[in-house]
Amino acid sequence: MSSVILPANPSESRPGRFGVYGGRYVPETLMAALVELEHEYASAKADAAFQTELAGLLADYAGRPTPLYFAKRLTEQLGGAKIYLKREDLLHTGAHKINNALGQGLLARRMGKKRIIAETGAGQHGVATATVCALLDMECVIYMGDVDMERQELNVLRMRLLGAEVRGVSSGSKTLKDAISEAMRDWVTNVRTTYYLLGSALGAHPYPTMVRDFQRVISIEMKEQILTKEGRLPTAVLACVGGGSNAIGAFYEFIHDRQVRLIGVEAGGCGTELGQHAARFRGGEPGVLQGTYSYVLQDENGQIANTHSVSAGLDYASIGPEHAALHDSGRAEYVSQDDAAALDAVVRLARTEGILPALESAHAIAECLRIAPTLTPHDILVVNLSGRGDKDMGILARELKLQDL
Amino acid sequence: MTIHFNHKPGLVVYLTAGDPSLEATRGIAIAAIDAGADVIELGVPFSDPLADGPVIQRASERAVARGTSLQDVLRVAGEIRTARPDAGLVIFSYLNPIIRYGMARFVKDAKFAGVDGVLVTDMIVEEAGEYLREMDRMNLAPIFLAAPTSPDERLEAIANHSKGFVYAISRVGITGQQQSMTADAASLVARIRRYAGSGANALPIAVGFGISNAEHVARVAEFADAAVIGSAIVELVEKSTAADAPAAVARFIQGLRLRDAALVD
Repeated sequence: MSSVILPANPSESRPGRFGVYGGRYVPETLMAALVELEHEYASAKADAAFQTELAGLLADYAGRPTPLYFAKRLTEQLGGAKIYLKREDLLHTGAHKINNALGQGLLARRMGKKRIIAETGAGQHGVATATVCALLDMECVIYMGDVDMERQELNVLRMRLLGAEVRGVSSGSKTLKDAISEAMRDWVTNVRTTYYLLGSALGAHPYPTMVRDFQRVISIEMKEQILTKEGRLPTAVLACVGGGSNAIGAFYEFIHDRQVRLIGVEAGGCGTELGQHAARFRGGEPGVLQGTYSYVLQDENGQIANTHSVSAGLDYASIGPEHAALHDSGRAEYVSQDDAAALDAVVRLARTEGILPALESAHAIAECLRIAPTLTPHDILVVNLSGRGDKDMGILARELKLQDL
Repeated sequence: MTIHFNHKPGLVVYLTAGDPSLEATRGIAIAAIDAGADVIELGVPFSDPLADGPVIQRASERAVARGTSLQDVLRVAGEIRTARPDAGLVIFSYLNPIIRYGMARFVKDAKFAGVDGVLVTDMIVEEAGEYLREMDRMNLAPIFLAAPTSPDERLEAIANHSKGFVYAISRVGITGQQQSMTADAASLVARIRRYAGSGANALPIAVGFGISNAEHVARVAEFADAAVIGSAIVELVEKSTAADAPAAVARFIQGLRLRDAALVD
């Protein structure tokens, strides 16, 4: 009954585990592909040529490094902490998603895969993936829930223009969770030819680790920039958390700087009942969804709950496993901001700084608006502005009644 | 109350429990056993069945919408066990409903209900430490999936940790019908055999995914011990009324047996 691959103690720490969270909970058909991916990624990570090519694309194609911008007017208005914005919204395609899409795209090419699939919620990961596929001349299929296709129509059109096939998903809640399930079904079926370019720090090992590594550049730059500008570390780093890729990218280099508060902002949606929000740490229980063990919004029978957020990118029932571990250890704090606060934050940032944030990123701005006045001018807040809000104009026009202004 | 295949090939019948109702599932399972099914797999409906094709997705969605819980499925399993003491009975589930129920509690309650084995779709051997300990303690059979993409060292671990039978997936992909058996299935079963023991102690190998007619079953009989029929029966249940479903499923299973009667000399 002994086995070479069954660990004697399943709770022992091993690659792909963050505390008790993470792991690999997938149909057996995908295991060989995940193991291959793990090995290929390890070899690419150690390969100077791969890293040089990625760094070149991040600089010349995506537009890194992104600025760390001192939001002077917002700081003055709030009368508390100094506020800096990490401008991931200025990247090519409009969000941090391109960091990961470029990294995994190069990895897929290295593995000889010519067909790429991906899921998308707000459409930013889909656009980034479609962009990278155009650049690397690969076939691209994007799965997107019907609800998200409707509310993020501009991104659907962008993906199609870039040559991707966008497949609507009409099962379940018709949002990000269902798009991931459908992408996984495609992958199970076409695993021999297809690379699954997962967009967040979610899913089975090695994805949460690999996506974090590709997003880690955010906090590497952030730390260097704040030390240059202020000569000291920030009081807190704030980021919105859907699956959690921009947040883990913004937190990672500060994890061992214990004096820096790490604040993740979940979607509070439109209420506190199950189904009205996507605040996994407020209403979720540990469980397994789509390959990983983490906090999951679910009912008493273990059925995954529907979620709601005005922002498609935060509208997901689970959260990246590394965030679950950071939550339990107390190293990071997780709060939520609701739809109304996020919409207010969009308007506030647009009119104070002339910056239109994505609805996702606006949740982090909303938390910044709440805490900055409670802090002193010696405090520094760095908000990861993960994406720009152009994609949200349809929702904003409706929610803010812009036609009537 | 152990899993054994009385026929060659054996027949494993998958039902999505709670579709169209728990009472119907019980009646269909009993009719299937009486028609010659050796093992019933009771599928626990899950909101996000990512390994399943459209037929089982729809059935799961209906059963979840009716509020079917793991506890309900275990109750029906107990009723089937009481009605048919000799049939093999397996719980087939995604992991999350079991985690929510509690692993140790689930295994104990499954044992108490008279279940013989458990198959967890998204549980691979590397993650199965606690599960295997609990299953072993209660002397229940853990059944693992083996895939055409599984390398030999994984097949060895899968065979070593499975009891009752190994479930060989006929092809890469999700559950659902297919036109013909691919070469994947026969070569996978041959590879598993190397690790599945021999003689009286040999672990049987069942082939599933896309098996939907007598031709498929006859083909499986040439290289494996049993065939698993899932989506074809779930779809038949979907198209039948609750009252007609048991008889329709029984006729379908008898139809699958017509060909192998000719195979046995």
